[in-house]
Amino acid sequence: MEATLELGLIYGVMALGVYLTFRVLNFPDLTVDGSFTTGAATAAILITNDVPAWLATLAAFAAGAIAGTLTGLLYTKGRIDGLLAGILVMIALWSINLRIMGTSNLSLLRADTLITPLREAGVKGTWVSILIFLVFVVIVKLIIDWFLSTDRGLAIQATGNNEQMIRSLGVNTHGTAILTLALSNGLVAVCGALIAQYQGFADISMGIGLILIGLAAVIVGQAIFAGRGIFMATTGAIAGAVIYWLVIFFALRIGFNPNDMKLISAVLVVAALLLPRWGFLKRIPSMRQILVASRARGAEIPRTEAEAGAPRDSTMTGVK
Amino acid sequence: MLTIENVTKTFFPGTVNERVALSDVSLRLAEGDFVTVIGSNGAGKSTLLNTISGRIPVDTGSIVIDDKPVNRLKDYQRARYMGRVFQDPMAGTAPDLTIEQNLALALRRGQSRGLGKAVTRARRELFRSELVSLELGLENRLKAKVGLLSGGQRQALSLLMASFTQPRILLLDEHTAALDPQRAELVTRLTKEIVEKDRLTTLMVTHNMEQALRVGNRLIMMHEGRIILDIDEDRKKQLTAADLLAEFTKIKGAVVDDRTVLG
Repeated sequence: MEATLELGLIYGVMALGVYLTFRVLNFPDLTVDGSFTTGAATAAILITNDVPAWLATLAAFAAGAIAGTLTGLLYTKGRIDGLLAGILVMIALWSINLRIMGTSNLSLLRADTLITPLREAGVKGTWVSILIFLVFVVIVKLIIDWFLSTDRGLAIQATGNNEQMIRSLGVNTHGTAILTLALSNGLVAVCGALIAQYQGFADISMGIGLILIGLAAVIVGQAIFAGRGIFMATTGAIAGAVIYWLVIFFALRIGFNPNDMKLISAVLVVAALLLPRWGFLKRIPSMRQILVASRARGAEIPRTEAEAGAPRDSTMTGVK
Repeated sequence: MLTIENVTKTFFPGTVNERVALSDVSLRLAEGDFVTVIGSNGAGKSTLLNTISGRIPVDTGSIVIDDKPVNRLKDYQRARYMGRVFQDPMAGTAPDLTIEQNLALALRRGQSRGLGKAVTRARRELFRSELVSLELGLENRLKAKVGLLSGGQRQALSLLMASFTQPRILLLDEHTAALDPQRAELVTRLTKEIVEKDRLTTLMVTHNMEQALRVGNRLIMMHEGRIILDIDEDRKKQLTAADLLAEFTKIKGAVVDDRTVLG
């Protein structure tokens, strides 16, 4: 359970990256499947060659950012469809990742990683390390919140929202798109680097299906943190990542096979996309309305009665 | 100020769909000119604006702003010289961002965008005082998403965003055409006020002849990619929409006659 929370918080970094492209830039970026492994591979090979782990993790960010830049260049200058651009770079990265690692699996078990101090202090897998990871991911989140509120960050938000308009205000939207993709994939690569250090190895196939985890985190987070501001959305992305791993944790608990996890991921994303439309989650706002209404009962009686026309609502009022 | 010389633009050249949108168009705007542009559909009015703003590259000819040729500049590079309002009220604002964020975006028109806070207290005060001039109460809704505003409100906001940094040229592309008559009237009035207050050099495309006569100090009429009529302030004051329509029919008839004869 504690390990699951740790994992969820580390994956929160990746969820923030996916949030940047998927929600802010409005760009479904599949590069992440490759850049996640690129980050892990870069960090792993550097750490096994005695580069300090923090430097190796920074290098992973740079490597991921380069991958994102490539996707951005294909998309903007090459005018290749965004999905295809991401797929192309993702596929190409498979070979590059093998070149970086020199093998398909690289062990870090005896190396000095960022996780080593936690392990040596005996706090890995305890609430102390959960707190450390939480602080780390919240710092990353706050940096992103801040960045998106600057002049440059606002231009990025506008690029995803109304490209024609922001161009007419003098912003090179190619530049903002590339910058966002670079940042996003940099974060994803850092997440890959941390996961490799956390689990003690980098593996060529560790990024497969990762985009689904990212989407699941962002979409589940959004379904829960309905507030639309950046602050809530980034919080939701992290929470979504944690929830995702909790779901996986409990799925394994009740007897699912680890091989079923990809299927469960896909089902989770589909569920998070469809359920709000089908009514289950739609009820949440109406439940909130009723709570507000019943609190201010005197003034709100006519409205509450009108709402009570629906059978579901009348049950709720009855419970109250 | 703005000089357009011998600009030609042909869409789909060499195909059956070939269409001459601008044919050897020359136009010179003096500082503070407020020119209204009328003409039938396909006359080249919007193409003219699009070539000035850089969204459509010209085939031949030159566009010069303040003695600087801008032909080679991309649309976002020319944005520093010009503000623009589109016909579609949805086009000029970012719906998921707030009113103050949209204004903050417009405030940095054509300037570098760094890591300073986009909406500061000082800027918010500036936005508030600018919004007051719209008389729509938007100054009290700075944190509302623009997507929640009505078409007329969004278009008024677009107009403010295009103009409050006082660009060298203001381009208005049928910006009242998609609004109901009442809202169109409001936006027309705001346009007049804003342009007159800052003496902005303005090029306004419109379908509405009456509006074209009522605002601005100069009127040009386009037909089949050419400027066929250029009316100065004195003459414009005496004209009515009926005169204009008669003129239009006459010239159009003449063009058709030429064709018939030549054909």
